Amino acid sequence: MLKGRAFKFGDDIDTDQIIPARYLNTSDPKELAKHCMEDADPTFASKVQKGDFIVAGKNFGCGSSREHAPLSIKAAGVSAVIAKSFARIFFRNAINIGLPILECPEAVDDIEEGDILEVDLEKGIIKNVTKNKEYKAKPYPKDILEIINSGGLMNYAKKKLAKENK
Amino acid sequence: MGMTIAQKILAKAAGKDHVNVGELVVCRVDFCLANDITAPIAIKEFEKLGVDVFDKERIALVPDHFTPNKDIKAAEQCKLVREFARKYNIKYYFEQGKCGIEHVLLPEEGLALPGEVIIGADSHTCTYGALGAFATGVGSTDMAYAWATGEVWFRVPSTIKFYYYGKRKKWVTSKDYILYVIGKIGVDGALYKVMEHTGPAIEELSMDERFTISNMAIEAGAKAGIIPPDEKTLEYVKFRAKRPYTVFTSDEDAPYDDVIEIDVSKIDPIVACPHLPSNVKPAKDLTDITIDQVVIGSCTNGRIEDLRLAAKILKGKKVHPYVRCLIFPGTWNVYKQAKEEGLLDIFLEANCVICPPTCGPCLGGHMGVLASGERAVATTNRNFRGRMGHPDSEVYLASPAVAAASAVLGRIADPEEVAGK
Repeated sequence: MLKGRAFKFGDDIDTDQIIPARYLNTSDPKELAKHCMEDADPTFASKVQKGDFIVAGKNFGCGSSREHAPLSIKAAGVSAVIAKSFARIFFRNAINIGLPILECPEAVDDIEEGDILEVDLEKGIIKNVTKNKEYKAKPYPKDILEIINSGGLMNYAKKKLAKENK
Repeated sequence: MGMTIAQKILAKAAGKDHVNVGELVVCRVDFCLANDITAPIAIKEFEKLGVDVFDKERIALVPDHFTPNKDIKAAEQCKLVREFARKYNIKYYFEQGKCGIEHVLLPEEGLALPGEVIIGADSHTCTYGALGAFATGVGSTDMAYAWATGEVWFRVPSTIKFYYYGKRKKWVTSKDYILYVIGKIGVDGALYKVMEHTGPAIEELSMDERFTISNMAIEAGAKAGIIPPDEKTLEYVKFRAKRPYTVFTSDEDAPYDDVIEIDVSKIDPIVACPHLPSNVKPAKDLTDITIDQVVIGSCTNGRIEDLRLAAKILKGKKVHPYVRCLIFPGTWNVYKQAKEEGLLDIFLEANCVICPPTCGPCLGGHMGVLASGERAVATTNRNFRGRMGHPDSEVYLASPAVAAASAVLGRIADPEEVAGK
């Protein structure tokens, strides 16, 4: 069970806002975490605590293919991103590196900044503790669940390669 | 039911006769690429697997973002990529001097071909859709996986067909077409889908102009932006192709989510205002917006025809004294061609800065970075907040014609204000 506070953002949060290109001369997650969401909210990195959630509108993570974006969010301690929808490359990247993401427009409309949330990833249930409400996120397709359950794409690859070498 | 070009390419790569929209397929990768920003993460992930690369001739490494090395950290990233290329004997590693902006370079080198599945750890990989390929951006971990296995998984996307017709006005370019379309459907208007660009107004475009259209598919959220191959495509790849290739086209009865008709005669030279590529307005309605910088180049508009168009407007003129006008040819071949045609002389006489091929300025990473409150007109592809520098700077996206005219007048301008009707 994941538990933390909600940090709210709007629609079309692009990868330049999540991690501006001026910090892309490194791929060190700890360095990237210091600048997480900097151009959307310069105070975010200093406020966020382990377990907190990003709650955003539609098309979250649009723009660049930079994996630095989900890496910075994960390294900042964010336990999951809840959005109305995700841009496709960000979606893949998050799954591949093991950053939980949940699609749930209803939750996004209802949740307010600072609300305490509890998320059951297995069941896709988002609980708003502050408002005493519950929302159900869109379930993952089966094949994507397989990558998630392997702990990301590289672990999935290790299993696959081991199977082929048998 | 028939299949779209995207379905046919994915079916072949998955070793199937037919694939349905929504189906998950594992495809063999014909070609993959990464750059100095995305390759370092892929390398770290790949080396965890302890295997060799799937094919040394199907991987490109293009250090084009923060090169020539912008600082020590960037130099370290480039070094990592260079050493990886040497260690694994990667055939298509492009050292600075032979390097160029990846999406201008790879088609030029005959490394992106019709009917192929191409993935790149760069979102503008969709550019190769102009050659009739299924080309799409992925992240570094997907890239590492492909290097190891030669495979990538896709959910077969549905397609929106765009049909372009009519006679365009003078100074209207394919950049104006695609900005107009993004303005119409929005930045997630084609999310997860393929944009298939068809019709007589597409057929009459040169390859350089077609690349611009496919390049910006990602700005509408699309997975790919495909233009069906025709004689011009085949002419372009004929002497370049480094591999055999297959030409696919969509069936008459292929399934489309929607067919959107675009009358290009209604399109004016257009500008996408901050901070979304969909925020478009005619240049002639924005003439009171003064600017500090103009950037002409990038994977969107850094090809020879783009430079010719800019030169046509800048010839015999001077860049406005309050403006810096930066020219970034897409590759050294484009640079050489521009030199031979005398375009570089025109730019120098106009007081432009001629830069080496690099992606740097487009993402505010390297060269031409904006200060707070500064405004740029750029022929690039994104105008997100802080995209070209300070979070309080602004980027206006436009064609090379609008950008060059704006450079001369020191404000956003319609090309006809400088170069006539």
